[in-house]
Amino acid sequence: MNSSVEGILPGRQGILRRFADALWRHPRLLLLLMLAPPVLWLGIIYLGSLGALLVHSFFSIDEFSGLINYEFTLKTYRELLIPANLDILVRTVSMATAVTFAAIVVAFPIAFYAARYARGRWKAAFYIGIMLPLWSSYLVKIYAWKLVLAKEGILNWLFAKLHLTWLLEAYLSLPLIGGNSLSVSYTGTFLVFLYVWLPFMILPLQAALERVPVNLLEASADLGGSSRQTFRHVVLPLALPGVIAGSIFTFSLTLGDYIIPQIIGSSRFFIGQAVYSHQGTAGNIPLAAAFAVVPIVIMGFYLWMAKRAGAFDAL
Amino acid sequence: MTAAVLFSKVSRHYGLVKALDEVDLEVLEGEFFAMLGPSGSGKTTCLRQIAGFEQPTSGHIEIFGETAEGVPPFRRNVNTVFQDYALFPHLNVLDNVAYGLMIRGIAKTERYRSAEEALDLVALPGLGKRRAGELSGGQRQRVALARALINKPRVLLLDEPLGALDLKLREQMQEELKILHRQLGITFIFVTHDQNEALSMADRVALFNQGRIVQVGTPQEIYRQPDSSFVADFVGSSNVLPPDFVASVAGEHRWASLRPESIRLTSSDGHEARVTASNFLGSSTRLTLYVGELRLHAMVPSASAVPVVGDNVSIDWDRQDMHLMEEGV
Repeated sequence: MNSSVEGILPGRQGILRRFADALWRHPRLLLLLMLAPPVLWLGIIYLGSLGALLVHSFFSIDEFSGLINYEFTLKTYRELLIPANLDILVRTVSMATAVTFAAIVVAFPIAFYAARYARGRWKAAFYIGIMLPLWSSYLVKIYAWKLVLAKEGILNWLFAKLHLTWLLEAYLSLPLIGGNSLSVSYTGTFLVFLYVWLPFMILPLQAALERVPVNLLEASADLGGSSRQTFRHVVLPLALPGVIAGSIFTFSLTLGDYIIPQIIGSSRFFIGQAVYSHQGTAGNIPLAAAFAVVPIVIMGFYLWMAKRAGAFDAL
Repeated sequence: MTAAVLFSKVSRHYGLVKALDEVDLEVLEGEFFAMLGPSGSGKTTCLRQIAGFEQPTSGHIEIFGETAEGVPPFRRNVNTVFQDYALFPHLNVLDNVAYGLMIRGIAKTERYRSAEEALDLVALPGLGKRRAGELSGGQRQRVALARALINKPRVLLLDEPLGALDLKLREQMQEELKILHRQLGITFIFVTHDQNEALSMADRVALFNQGRIVQVGTPQEIYRQPDSSFVADFVGSSNVLPPDFVASVAGEHRWASLRPESIRLTSSDGHEARVTASNFLGSSTRLTLYVGELRLHAMVPSASAVPVVGDNVSIDWDRQDMHLMEEGV
């Protein structure tokens, strides 16, 4: 044995090196240092302000003075249920539901293609194609859509060129979904919501489909399952967590948005706009808070239902 | 007997790679047929053609006399036990097994009863409510087997079904599969890279190499009379003797194979050999010997006085144990 070689190397010098050694000896300290900033951020700043908001929804506003009455009451929630406010809730939830279902239908084939067939260069093209719209400003996209959907816009021009203006007009004369032009109809709002939130449905869906092993599809076919049966009994149940994840995005983003319905659509309020106007000019913070609680309750209920239906069993 | 599966000049190419190259094959009805070969030799590709997961690039496949071209997997009366079992993770064991019946629209009570029966058949009763993920490897294997058998296939395909199991369990499953085969009387086609498994289980073995079948025969034929040095070496790692050596011993200028266990140690007037390695394997000891420049392996009983590395020994074998082969390489 060569005795000049030491078994333990000499301790390192300098404060930083000692600190690094100390972190190695105390892994919990390292964990604490890494977790502290996000916990402070999420726990205090985010959850704290959310809690303050929730508390406000149980206060009420004095109708004469316009001051907030800091006493526990359910009066504000009762106010949510007056017809004008209830209309806003029903309108927003219906829109969010329609957008979510449409997003599932549109996203599924795209996600399936990307997960199953796209390889190498095509896969890169897929990711860029999906992500690129997210890189440009949200407002620019919405105004671009306004130009597309307006009466003087590209879509009307296209219908005219195809001699199908009568079809568009017939559609616009329908109650509820129609209007003076697409850009001031619920259909327009729906199309823009669908476009803007679609990537948030495609990406989780694609991730879920990618995790479905090919041999499960083969096993289903082997046992007699046609493509349709394999889709229904194997692909869909296994992709369900992805569908749920995507629908959480599309549903909650639609519930909370206040810009799209303001620019495109029939100037009737959605929840987001109601919150915006009540906390702003009207100064009715309690009612704004009560409106803001609605999406939280709906999402909580939605997740609970999804869990009960077994949507997360495959995880 | 009718052929359960008949291949004529079946090829399957992936770009320039010939995974299957003009394969002719006949599997008889009721047979336990093994497809043996190293990985990438085409045996699994061959199985996938029978299941219908892939279509041949050229050639013709018949299943019980009916052409299989363009017939999707779900219209073939053939079921598969997959290599990694491919159990549905979102279903419990009973629903996994009953899947084939559910697809065919059989009522719940009836298909669960059949599934319980199938689980009994593979000696796995009472686990129906568990998820596939909660089972051990051996149990999953049995569930996969029950699931494949529930549709009462005429041909059961097994793709390396025992590969992931440990030795003890594997030997037990080999026994049970043989019993199951006798009990059901249907055709089993079994893919494996383990020559012991193929030899011990199958009625007939097809040995694959580089997309071709190099020899088909009973385990005894394959073992005792290999056609080529590849077969001799792959099945039981036989010694391959070059023509010059064979000429000096047997007088014929041909390649020959000599099984390691056919070599015995003699006291004198055998071939002079030098021991370069001696590995104790329990009941026997494996020796590496050099006779001049020729390297040989020998299996000798451990009971006798076993030579150690560096010893010079005298070895011999019976003339009829030396099998002359058609080709060398």
